[in-house]
Amino acid sequence: MHLAQLHLHFFKNYERSDLEFVAGINCFVGPNGSGKTNLLDAIHYLCLTKSGFGFTDSQSIAHQSQFFTLQAEVEGNTAFSLLKCIQEQGKRKLFYQDGRLLERLGEHVGALPVVLIAPDDADMVKGPEENRRKFFDNTLCQLDPVYLKRLSRYQHLLKQRNALLKTMQAKGRFQADFLAPYDSQLIPEAIWIAEQRQQFLMDFEPLLQAQYQAITAGQEHLQLQYESQARDPEQFEKMFREAAYQDYLAKRSTVGVHKDNFHLYLDGHPIRKFGSQGQVKSAAIALKLAQFLALKARVGFPPILLLDDIFDKLDDKRIQFLLRLVAQNEFGQLFLTDARPERSKKMLASLQTSIRVFPVEKGRVLAAEDIGQVPPSE
Amino acid sequence: MNYPSKLIEQAVLEISKLPGIGKKTALRLALHLLKQNEQTVEGLTGALSRLKKETRYCERCHNLSDGPLCTVCASPSRQENVICVVAEVPDLIAIENTGQYRGTYHVLGGILSPMHGIGPEELQVASLLERVKSAGEEMEIIFALPSTMDGDTTSFYLMKLLKPFGVNISTVARGIPIGGELEYTDEVTLGRSILARVKYDFGG
Ligand SMILES: [Zn+2]
Repeated sequence: MHLAQLHLHFFKNYERSDLEFVAGINCFVGPNGSGKTNLLDAIHYLCLTKSGFGFTDSQSIAHQSQFFTLQAEVEGNTAFSLLKCIQEQGKRKLFYQDGRLLERLGEHVGALPVVLIAPDDADMVKGPEENRRKFFDNTLCQLDPVYLKRLSRYQHLLKQRNALLKTMQAKGRFQADFLAPYDSQLIPEAIWIAEQRQQFLMDFEPLLQAQYQAITAGQEHLQLQYESQARDPEQFEKMFREAAYQDYLAKRSTVGVHKDNFHLYLDGHPIRKFGSQGQVKSAAIALKLAQFLALKARVGFPPILLLDDIFDKLDDKRIQFLLRLVAQNEFGQLFLTDARPERSKKMLASLQTSIRVFPVEKGRVLAAEDIGQVPPSE
Repeated sequence: MNYPSKLIEQAVLEISKLPGIGKKTALRLALHLLKQNEQTVEGLTGALSRLKKETRYCERCHNLSDGPLCTVCASPSRQENVICVVAEVPDLIAIENTGQYRGTYHVLGGILSPMHGIGPEELQVASLLERVKSAGEEMEIIFALPSTMDGDTTSFYLMKLLKPFGVNISTVARGIPIGGELEYTDEVTLGRSILARVKYDFGG
């Protein structure tokens, strides 16, 4: 599966751009602030129906416009070949597959699997628990539409329950019967989610370990440990219900899978605390590559890979590792950004795949150049 | 936008406060009204100001009403032991339009959504319980609430409160497309699903 064309209209700093991609490597090169990363984000949007860089929908609309549209032509083993997204200011985001409007955005998630490797990935390893939960939820949602549905349900019910706790606190009156309809729905969802997370990690950990060993040439052992209050269903239900008054005092739900932790250890030591900068970076790439492999194994074809600014932010050792994987044909279609075109061209020149370079200048994409040793039609 | 007169500007401002109406449409409507004769315009303004001042809510079911009881509650031919619980008045109108339902209603005034400021106390729940409590015969309650997460939560909440009274509870969610609002469901589907529900409960 690969994207053959991309059309942007009023997306971020692009008024209008039409791009034709190769199935191999597509490079967006240009100075910082020219909008290279916005092109990656456009692709991320079309794959997962939202920004991969934390922008809201309205932030993604060009300032001179009230809407943006993104359109892509997809080739290969997908159920559709034309994908379109329309976001009008203050309105519902619309996704169309071959002209058919999707009732729920969730229907699309997973159809075009994508992995983003970005400069701030280290925060996933080093940052707060929430970052790791987000990473694993992103992966599980792409793997399983039911997970996405039930996680959204859990998150919605939790938001309502927290709002209710706040109101009760403001009124100064605790009422357990008000919480009951939320509790009776949240508890089974939490237990199910914890079960899915745990099951997934059993497959994921070996992938992660192998990737980490390959990147670091094998000295240390990276382990993953899952911690959840909902692993024991009976215990959890009791704990959840007993926390009600404490929740009222705290004005938020203190028990649930939104408190789950994913711990990373290096030879038994928490990497968050003791990991060196290099170890943290390697673990971050290993997580993303393991995500890539897990998605690939499930759908049967390689996900789209987005590499943002890696030549600048990664050291040579890790860049060489990634390029070796490219050379070994581990990846499918790849998009990358670089501020220095000559460097990218030099790095990629020896690879046996189709390569197209797009110079980017202040929201405009200039004439592309094919530099690969394999013709673009392959 | 600049307007040639203060009066037009004021009218546009007021009209554009209505949902779904922008400044452009508001201007078009204001200019249209300006072209009508005085009687027509007063007909409109009179109806609007009476709408707010004189509209009442049914004391029993909270439907819109001209008197203390709405036309449904006042009708002797409706089955008082059957109550269909709806979120808003348009849902009630949709069910009435099917012509298939002979029971009464209870309008909650919304569905539970604490993040939008609607908790259990903001809904007409106490009066529903009162109706069930004071009923002399066996009651049947039909939930016709939106098939959304918040709609489901509202049903759960009410079911728990109603259980101790030993009422028969059913829902008309069947036949209504998932995610579809009651208001937009076509009359045939809705009518059929209400009838199917009644048969199910009375026949079995
Ligand atoms: Zn009434």
